[in-house]
Amino acid sequence: MTASSAVSGMRIGVVTFPGSLDDRDAARAVRVAGGEAVALWHGDADLHGVDAVVLPGGFSYGDYLRCGAIARFAPVMGELVAAAASGLPVLGICNGFQILCESHLLPGALVRNDHLHFVCRDQRLRIESTSTAWTSAYEVGQEIVVPLKNGEGGYVADEATLDRLEGEGRVVARYLDVNPNGSRRDIAGIANERGNVVGLMPHPEHAVEALTGPTTDGLPFFTSILKGLVEA
Amino acid sequence: MARVVVDVMLKPEILDPQGKAVEGALGRLGLPGVTAVRQGKTFTLDLEGDLDEALLAQVHELAGSLLSNPVIEDYVIREVIA
Repeated sequence: MTASSAVSGMRIGVVTFPGSLDDRDAARAVRVAGGEAVALWHGDADLHGVDAVVLPGGFSYGDYLRCGAIARFAPVMGELVAAAASGLPVLGICNGFQILCESHLLPGALVRNDHLHFVCRDQRLRIESTSTAWTSAYEVGQEIVVPLKNGEGGYVADEATLDRLEGEGRVVARYLDVNPNGSRRDIAGIANERGNVVGLMPHPEHAVEALTGPTTDGLPFFTSILKGLVEA
Repeated sequence: MARVVVDVMLKPEILDPQGKAVEGALGRLGLPGVTAVRQGKTFTLDLEGDLDEALLAQVHELAGSLLSNPVIEDYVIREVIA
């Protein structure tokens, strides 16, 4: 039995909202990692028994009001918030990170880049925590390069919250070389207390195959979750 | 018909790069002495029927959850026309 088929029983849901862009890449990353990708629909208040969920990047509801503000109230999110509270692994990438913050599954918020420009670049990151459901396949301090593309990627939270995130080892990834969007303390991604919910502004799902990605450095986010689910 | 007007502003400690850009443009257009510009949002809600306390409480709740994000924004109900 190959490693791939050993984990093929794992079903990872990928939610599509109106305006999601990266749902297909996220589903593909799940498959490349050896899992089964299950399409979930924003209007369907049912997680269809998946083992974990990815909230993909894009511009849900046109980023109207605030990024993620309307998606937070989509029917599927009621189910997701409850399931995440009882331990369902959830990864929010870019717009997905914004939705997780708007849903209060993660603290803080994402605001407009301090320089006002949309940024699109291959970004070097340092993995700061491997004790989350989505980063266990990395080494602490490992440096990776994955695409980053956002207009509202500046992570903000009050000082007490930032101190707490640092103190509890919940900063999952940090920007290296440059701070691309004004994020406080160079934070690129964070986790909830339990480590099952992770939000990340850069896009690991775009870096899982040599043909299309700058690297394959993003793949361990997806192998982490499959490995964790198999062992659980 | 009742009307409620809700203003939403970024909290003072949150950087407002859009306001900064507007501030720069005002200066370039010759308006002297502009020391700060903050950009916010206004929502005008037209409601059917009478606006009682219960309905206003509901508007408050949604102003603090959907219309604003309390992590980065404050809201005020500026005007109520019952």
